[in-house]
Amino acid sequence: MSVNVVLECSSLAVKKNSCYSQKLRSGGFRKRKYDNFPHGQRREEKENVNPSSALMTSFKSFQMELDTRHDKYERLVKLSRDITIESKRTIFLLHRFTSAPNGEEILNESEVKLDAVRRKIKQVAQELIGEDMYQFHRAISPGLQEYIEAVSFQYFIKTRSLISVEEINKQLVFAAEDREETTNMTSNSHDKPPHTWSLKVTPVDYLLGVADLTGELMRLCIGSVGNGDIDTPFELSQFLRQIYDGFTFIGNTGPYEVSKKLYTLKQSLAKVENACYTLKVRGSEIPKHMLADVFSTKTELIDQEEGLS
Amino acid sequence: MSVSDMFIALQGVLTADQDIREEIRKVVQALEQTAREILTLLQGVHQGAGFQDIPKKCQKAREHFGTVRTQLESLKTKFPADQYYRFHEHWRFVLQRLVFLAAFVVYLESETLVTREAVAEILGIEADRERGFHLDIEDYLSGVLTLASELARLAVNSVTAGDYSRPLRISTFINELDSGFRLLNLKNDSLRKRYDGLKYDVKKIEEVVYDLSIRGLNKEATVGEGEEK
Repeated sequence: MSVNVVLECSSLAVKKNSCYSQKLRSGGFRKRKYDNFPHGQRREEKENVNPSSALMTSFKSFQMELDTRHDKYERLVKLSRDITIESKRTIFLLHRFTSAPNGEEILNESEVKLDAVRRKIKQVAQELIGEDMYQFHRAISPGLQEYIEAVSFQYFIKTRSLISVEEINKQLVFAAEDREETTNMTSNSHDKPPHTWSLKVTPVDYLLGVADLTGELMRLCIGSVGNGDIDTPFELSQFLRQIYDGFTFIGNTGPYEVSKKLYTLKQSLAKVENACYTLKVRGSEIPKHMLADVFSTKTELIDQEEGLS
Repeated sequence: MSVSDMFIALQGVLTADQDIREEIRKVVQALEQTAREILTLLQGVHQGAGFQDIPKKCQKAREHFGTVRTQLESLKTKFPADQYYRFHEHWRFVLQRLVFLAAFVVYLESETLVTREAVAEILGIEADRERGFHLDIEDYLSGVLTLASELARLAVNSVTAGDYSRPLRISTFINELDSGFRLLNLKNDSLRKRYDGLKYDVKKIEEVVYDLSIRGLNKEATVGEGEEK
C-alpha cells in the first residue's frame, strides 16, 4: 500500500507538470499509470469503462460527426484560398487594362479567369448542399469578398457603374446541365442534387467586397494619371464619392467590420480627390506631356503614406 | 439602379437584421433568467441537508424546464428556420448552460449521462439539424463538460456530508466520460479548451477517492455499490 501511495504522489506531480502537454501524451501517460496499479481501485474502474457501453458508442458517433464537420470546413477553407488567389490575379490583370493598348483582350482574359473562380464557387455551393450556409460562413467569407472585389472591378471597367448584389448572385446560380461533368470530375457526388445550386452572397460580404473595391479604384486612378489619362480620375472621384456617401448612410447599422473599412475608404477618397485637385490646378499651367512627371512624385508620396498607416 | 438606391436597399436589410437580433436578445435574456433559477435550485444538493431531497429538487427543476420549453418555442419564431447558425452566437452560451442543467438533473436522478436526444426532448427542441431548431453537437459536449466540473465539486461535498459511496460512483462516471472524450479529435477551439479542463476534474475526484480508500471509508460503500449493479 505504501509503495502505491508513493507512486501515486509522484505520478500526480508529473501530471501537474505536464498539464499543458498534448492530450495525446496525457492519454499515453494515463495508461502507464494504470499499469502501476494492477490490483488497485483504478484498475477496477478502468475495466468498468466498457468500450461498447451506451456512452462510448454515442461518443463514437460524435467523433464521426465532428470529423465530418471539420473535414468539410477544411475543404471550404482551401476552396476559399484558391478563390482569393485567383481573384487577386484577376484584379492585377485588370489593372493592366488602362496602360495596354489591347484592352479588349485583357477583358476577355479576365472573364476567363473569373469563370474559373466561379467554378470553384460552384464547388463551394456543392459542399453546402443541405447545410446551413452560415455554419461554414467563416470559412468561405474571405474568398467571397475577394471575388466580389474582382467581379465588381471588372464590371466597373466595363460599364462605369456599381454591380448590384442581385447581379452577383445571378452569376452564382449553377444550372444542373453541367452536373454530369462535375460529378464525373469530382468524386463527391451527391445522391440527389437539386436542379440548380446557388450561392447567395450575404449583404455584409457584398459591402466588405465593395469597400475593398474602392481601394482598387484608388490605385486605378493614380495609375491612370501616371499614364496621362486626365478624364478617368474625375470619373473615379465621382464614383468613389457616391460609394462613400452610401457607406456613410449605412454608418453604424452594419457590423463592426464595415465601420472599420469606412476609415480606409475615407483615405482612398481623399487621395483621389487630391489627385483631381492637382490635375485641375496644375493642368491649366503645365503642358500635358509633363503631367506624368508631376504625378510620378505624387504617387511615391502616397505609397509612403500607405506604408506608414 | 443607382449607387445610392443600392445602399438604401442594403441599409434596409441591415436594419431588419438588427431588429431580429434585438428580438432574439430579449428571449435569450429571459432564458438566462430561468437557467439561473434552475441552477440556484440545484445548488441545494451541495449542502449537507440537500442530499435527502434530491428527487424533490429534480422534480422542481423539471417543472422549470417547462418554462424553458415555452421560451425556446418563442425563440424559434424570431428568425427564419434555415438561418440557425447566423444567430447561433446569441443563444450558444445559454443553450450550453441549459444542457448542463438538464444533464445534471438526469445524473442526479439516474446517475447516467443524458443523451443528446434526451436533452433535446427536455428542452423541447430537435436533435437533428434537418428538423428545425436543434441542439448543436458542440454545445451538447460543452454542457457535458460543465457537468464534469460540477460533479467534481459534488464529490467533495458529499464526503463532507458523510456520503462516502457517491464519490466512487462519480469517479466511475467521470472516468467513462473521460474515455469518451478521448475518442474525439477536437480542433483547437473553445470546446477543446474546455476539454483540457476535464483532466483536473478527473484528478480532483481521484484524490477524493484516494482519501477515502486509505482511510478504509470505501469498504462498506463498495459493497453497497456492488449490490446496486
